[in-house]
Amino acid sequence: MLKKILEKFTFWRGIAALILLSGVYFTYVRFVYGLGAVTNLSDEFPWGIWIGFDILCGVGLAAGGFTISAVTHIFNIEKFKPLSRPAILTAFLGYAFVALALMFDLGKPYNIWHPLIMWNPSSVMFEVAWCVMLYLTVLFLEFLSFALEKFQWQKTLTLLRKVIVPIYILGIVLSTLHQSSLGSMYLIIPQKMHPLWYSSFLPVYFYLSAIAVGFAMVIFESYTSARGMGHKIEFPLLSEISRITMAFLVITLAMRLVDIVLEGKLAFLFKPEIETFMFYIEIGIGTIVPAILLSSKKFRMDRKWLYLTSVLVVTGFILNRLNVSVTSIIYTTGDIYFPSLGEISITMSLVVVGIIVFKWLSNYFPVFEHKAEEKESLISFETPHELAPSK
Amino acid sequence: MIKQKGILFDATMCVGCGECYYACKAQNENGEGKEDFLTDHLSYKSYTVVEEYEDEIYTRKMCMHCVDPTCVSVCPVGAFTKTEFGPVLYDGDKCMGCRYCMQACPHNIPRYEWQSNNPVVQKCTMCHDRIKNGEMTACAEACPAEATLFGDLEELKEIALQRIADDPDTYYPHVYGLEEAGGTHVLILSPVPFEQLGFAGNLPNEPLPELTKRALDKIPHVVSVGSVFLGGMYWLTKRKNQIAEENRMKEDENA
Repeated sequence: MLKKILEKFTFWRGIAALILLSGVYFTYVRFVYGLGAVTNLSDEFPWGIWIGFDILCGVGLAAGGFTISAVTHIFNIEKFKPLSRPAILTAFLGYAFVALALMFDLGKPYNIWHPLIMWNPSSVMFEVAWCVMLYLTVLFLEFLSFALEKFQWQKTLTLLRKVIVPIYILGIVLSTLHQSSLGSMYLIIPQKMHPLWYSSFLPVYFYLSAIAVGFAMVIFESYTSARGMGHKIEFPLLSEISRITMAFLVITLAMRLVDIVLEGKLAFLFKPEIETFMFYIEIGIGTIVPAILLSSKKFRMDRKWLYLTSVLVVTGFILNRLNVSVTSIIYTTGDIYFPSLGEISITMSLVVVGIIVFKWLSNYFPVFEHKAEEKESLISFETPHELAPSK
Repeated sequence: MIKQKGILFDATMCVGCGECYYACKAQNENGEGKEDFLTDHLSYKSYTVVEEYEDEIYTRKMCMHCVDPTCVSVCPVGAFTKTEFGPVLYDGDKCMGCRYCMQACPHNIPRYEWQSNNPVVQKCTMCHDRIKNGEMTACAEACPAEATLFGDLEELKEIALQRIADDPDTYYPHVYGLEEAGGTHVLILSPVPFEQLGFAGNLPNEPLPELTKRALDKIPHVVSVGSVFLGGMYWLTKRKNQIAEENRMKEDENA
């Protein structure tokens, strides 16, 4: 018995268990003693990484759901269909992760439903709240359309399929609105942000970069789940969507640079300060290096390099959102915030929970249309090699 | 018509006695307050503070009660309201604790109960309960030097401008709050530039909510144009695939 347990206890599972354990502890402290007991937030710096990472990145990284469904279900490019389901599942989980993370960040999480009946249409966050609620519903229906296959509920399935096209359109419109509106949230604080990040085009940048990272996440996840779970990788497709990623990345960066020049902020690009450095790191990792790599066919057609560029794009995206929400604001408030152990621990726990749920759901439901070996669906989750990267 | 109320604080007249600080504490039942009141900062139980700057200049900090308040605009559940007299009020029962008001406030005023597991935002209410009964705010009533005046906003504006005109050597030639972020119901006079007293110096004169309004106004267009475009694309590409399929079948038959 003990031997059996020990067998399952691999390195990555150990790490995951440790993270979750600390997450449970800090969750307890958070809800018993308040936000101040766990976070480094203050009256001068009220939004930390629970907004900057959990919300801004969580929503952005889940953008693959709407971009792939636009490509496959609206533009009807059939060959991308195998990518659609994992992307929708990840998006669904991503948004569930965001909703869960909000319960930690909101001072009064039990009032989270208030925007349903207490309206303030002049608030960007009110709009985001509604869009996210509706989009979560849309994603659930999209997810249902293949989850029901598992249970063979033909009648419901037929009904759902009749209305699925408008649902996909609704999902794309809602995503367009809230992906951009997350950037709009920062429009109202021009005096608090570093000029390299503040722009009246923030909503446009947020939207375009979300599209880019959505595709990059599809590449990243397909590759990771191919390694971890033995799903066959859709390599030629991934290579093709990497070009869409590249196009959106380059457009976004070009717009930002032109904007900086036109707004007379050029001097900030040469100011020797930490913010300038962070700006270059962000565009270097997130756009310039990936764009150079992806522009070469040699790298684009190589699995390892394609994977690496998707990692770079995702990292650059995370840096961008953290720069907007933390770096650019520290510039005006002074050096008063760095995430606490509690904030980091809870964020990491949520990510771990997300990965575990994704693995379980993708094994249980017909998500990946081409499995390498169709056999151990449920049992395979229990085997130890799952969490450890297999060679 | 209801007359808009306001507060005029004149830093050149303030003697730094702290009476306003203690009166505010008593009025809002916010505890005793610090013995050395100059070291206190705005917090969930200090709605106003007195700060000392170089050359024994004292200034007060408190909610500015904006004409077009950012907090009212950003709150997703409408927990903030601009009342008819001018005070900006907050309803903790509506609040869900997103703290967007704190993030967005151009004057960095709203304070949070970080140590509570049922936290609310706290800030000056311009003694709304008193002024609606015709009384003045507790801080104005307590001030022995007449540095804090309470009254009709339009009158206070005239008084402020008159003081600068009468004594241009004493005053820095600007009334803080006339234009900042669309104007405020709290006006400040100072002998030195306002940045030196810790007031935000880089605020636009336009009300900040206008900045988001411009983006939000585009939503109906995004929804209508977006839906039609996507619907059209769906129909077009579907048809294209169908024709391609038919052509293929014909070719198969021919072959």
